[in-house]
Amino acid sequence: MSEYTTDELMIVNAARHLGALAAAGKPQCFVGIGLPSTAANLARRLYPIEPVLIYESGCIGSKPTRLPLSIGDGELAETSDAVISVPEIFAYWLQAGRIDIGFLSGAQLDKFANINSTVIGSYESPKTRLPGAGGAPEIAASAGAVMVIMRQSARSFVERCDFRTSIGYGDGKGDREKFGLRGGGPKWVITDLAMMEPDPETCELVVVALHPGVTREQVVAATGWDVRFADDLATTDEPSTVELDALRALQAA
Amino acid sequence: MTICSLREAVAEHVHDGDTLALEGFTHLIPHAAAHEIIRQGRRNLHLVRMTPDVAYDQLIGSGCVTKLTFSWGGNPGVGSLQRFRDAVENQWPHPLEIEEHSHAGMATRYAAGAAGLPFGILRGYIGTDLPKHTDSIKTIECPFTGELLAAVPAINPDVGIIHAQRADRHGNVQIWGLLGVQKEAVLASSRSIVTVEEIVDELPDVAGAIVLPAWVVNAVCHVPNGAHPSFAMGFSVRDNSFYKAWDPISKDRDAFLAWIDKHVIGTADFAEYCESVGIDV
Repeated sequence: MSEYTTDELMIVNAARHLGALAAAGKPQCFVGIGLPSTAANLARRLYPIEPVLIYESGCIGSKPTRLPLSIGDGELAETSDAVISVPEIFAYWLQAGRIDIGFLSGAQLDKFANINSTVIGSYESPKTRLPGAGGAPEIAASAGAVMVIMRQSARSFVERCDFRTSIGYGDGKGDREKFGLRGGGPKWVITDLAMMEPDPETCELVVVALHPGVTREQVVAATGWDVRFADDLATTDEPSTVELDALRALQAA
Repeated sequence: MTICSLREAVAEHVHDGDTLALEGFTHLIPHAAAHEIIRQGRRNLHLVRMTPDVAYDQLIGSGCVTKLTFSWGGNPGVGSLQRFRDAVENQWPHPLEIEEHSHAGMATRYAAGAAGLPFGILRGYIGTDLPKHTDSIKTIECPFTGELLAAVPAINPDVGIIHAQRADRHGNVQIWGLLGVQKEAVLASSRSIVTVEEIVDELPDVAGAIVLPAWVVNAVCHVPNGAHPSFAMGFSVRDNSFYKAWDPISKDRDAFLAWIDKHVIGTADFAEYCESVGIDV
């Protein structure tokens, strides 16, 4: 087994999930830039049934040969099945329920999988002003299910987000239904340490698997709430040579 | 519609205190027009854009802007927009009022503006903290189903400014590739300026292209590579290295001001700017 980084571990695990979802008939994936885009493009290279990559710049079915820096690199448009306007991608495709998986990241995530990408500190006098919402609030609300990929630390995995930019489960079970949200909400949180999923009873995120070599203590230390572990806690498979080679080739292209 | 220089177009159509939308969703961002607004020293502007990026960072840092309406303010793929952050976090060079939405909300607002409607509706913002801080997000009940929806007011800028691939000599504008909200921004605005890569006798057929007829455009200006470091599909590629290089320049107030003085204030037009930063036109 070759050496690998925790980022590679995280990206490979996200790509495996996307590959499995595509094989299960849920290929349409609305992709944010950065880690989500890297993982989604890796899944396209690894699996026979490829996820259909949708970018908010208006690209449907992008097949880039190298990783884009922005969601609007020319490469994404040139390799797409269709290029449409921004009002159309949000109204006709996301809002209308044509997206299976929304794939997000953020600066803070809380125990009910709400995401903050707006400010650290107070809104009026922020400690750190972040870029803001972009497409995330409506992706989180309307996609069939949401996958989150984020590096985990006690600063980023918090009891409650400083600002709720995108809703996960709000204040707990029943909030999505109360709000009338059509999408299914976050089902998978993939970090550089572990995999989390919402508890079916409470919707609080629970650790369902640790990455190879990671201890419970490490995860507890890197989580800002009193995190719980599933009874049947699993360990994820180490990245294979095939997975690592494909990821590195993608990042080098 | 007149075909004129960008200097003439900005002088005639962009005034202190105006609401401006310089739109472009990564592609076709009207950088040359932003520079000309800085050069002509416009002040007290209300800027509107879904994705304020380096062009708006330069306008904000240059002291031209008092209000920003937006949905995502970052340097795509690189990180923060440093001048925007400095304005919000430290009120430098002066306080910046912000009106913050989501992309879906902003797209809806432009579409309503283009349609001449007072507001637009969407399934959005529910369960987020945005409505607590943004007055222009309201809830409305569907009169047919009773569903609660978000209502957002139309955006109708004084001036819509975009970059496009080409125009003909009558001023009909042809755009293709990532279209963003450029069409909506022009149609929603009272006046519009379009910079283009080339002006031709007759527009050729291009797959997927749209045309903005000359009668919805006030000024067409021939500015080759006028989107740089953004791009025009068919003419240029995105200069990702410039976006990366912008981060250290914009992080430091003095370095930023020196850069603006040398390359924007200190140049007569976009062609001179390109020469001064060493890019091909």
